[in-house]
Amino acid sequence: MNNTLIGKKLGMTQVFDSDNKVVPVTVVEAGPCPVLQVKTVETDGYNAIQIGYGEKKQKRASRAAQGHAKKAGVAPARTIREVRSADAPEQKAGDVLDVTLFEEGQKIDIIGNTKGRGFQGVMKRFNTKGGPASHGSMFHRRIGSIGLCQWPGHVFKNQKMPGHMGAKQRTVQNLKIVKIIPEKNLILVKGGIPGANGDTVLVRSAIKGQ
Amino acid sequence: MNQDLISELTKDYIKADTPPFKVGDGVKVHTRVVEGGKERIQIFAGIVISRRGSGVNETFTVRRISYGEGVEKVFPVNSPLISKIEIEKESKVMRARMYYLRGLVGKKAMQVKEKRLAKGKH
Repeated sequence: MNNTLIGKKLGMTQVFDSDNKVVPVTVVEAGPCPVLQVKTVETDGYNAIQIGYGEKKQKRASRAAQGHAKKAGVAPARTIREVRSADAPEQKAGDVLDVTLFEEGQKIDIIGNTKGRGFQGVMKRFNTKGGPASHGSMFHRRIGSIGLCQWPGHVFKNQKMPGHMGAKQRTVQNLKIVKIIPEKNLILVKGGIPGANGDTVLVRSAIKGQ
Repeated sequence: MNQDLISELTKDYIKADTPPFKVGDGVKVHTRVVEGGKERIQIFAGIVISRRGSGVNETFTVRRISYGEGVEKVFPVNSPLISKIEIEKESKVMRARMYYLRGLVGKKAMQVKEKRLAKGKH
């Protein structure tokens, strides 16, 4: 299955569904994605297609990128991603994928980078409890014990500690497609997705539970 | 730019026939309720104590005293379930949110509004 598109998170709003209930939705612009290259087991050792998204000025693209796009007969893309598949892909270089790959009511996964939060403490980063605010506790948002004494003599791996939070790739699974607007390449997806408005995301048909 | 596009998308959901009610107005909200396959109209009458949001996200809160107990209901302005909004009384209110009504008990809660109403009608 090569049902994957590169897209852009545009923002959130709400719509009314057929039961007249309010549904929170994220608007995602997905595709159109030209296929830049087809990889097969014979030629590359694995099956995949390389898809592009967004326009890039011919002038700004490197010679290599220009040549690569020319070979497929498309314009150089701003973002390029590779989509692996088990079987040899049906698409040919130069094909254009768009939102018609999906249908309303279908479930999709969205992959994106979360917003960066900078260096954060354990309460925000791992939702630990923290201490009492008053009565002279002097222990408010601190980390608490990080282990035992002579045995084991070291701090265990994966001990939750303050550090950099966010700006990591995250996948939200099984989001329902509320509406598709093919003329504008838009998908309205129920619920939130990672990243800030304007961030690039990957939209694919759900790999679990359809 | 993206926000413009999003408000464009939700344009279809915005009702054109919503009356221009304000905070402080006495309203009757007619809502369609489906019970056991049958549809009927339920009326919630009270005072609009807040209006918030914009576009399709806009909601309003109606407060009434029911059997001596304060009841508040939040409605989306553009909900298809609202069949009609009737403006019963208009009033002159000095604030955007009438949350102070929550602190008033019994008859006083209603009286305060009537006073304001009288003022506005002069």
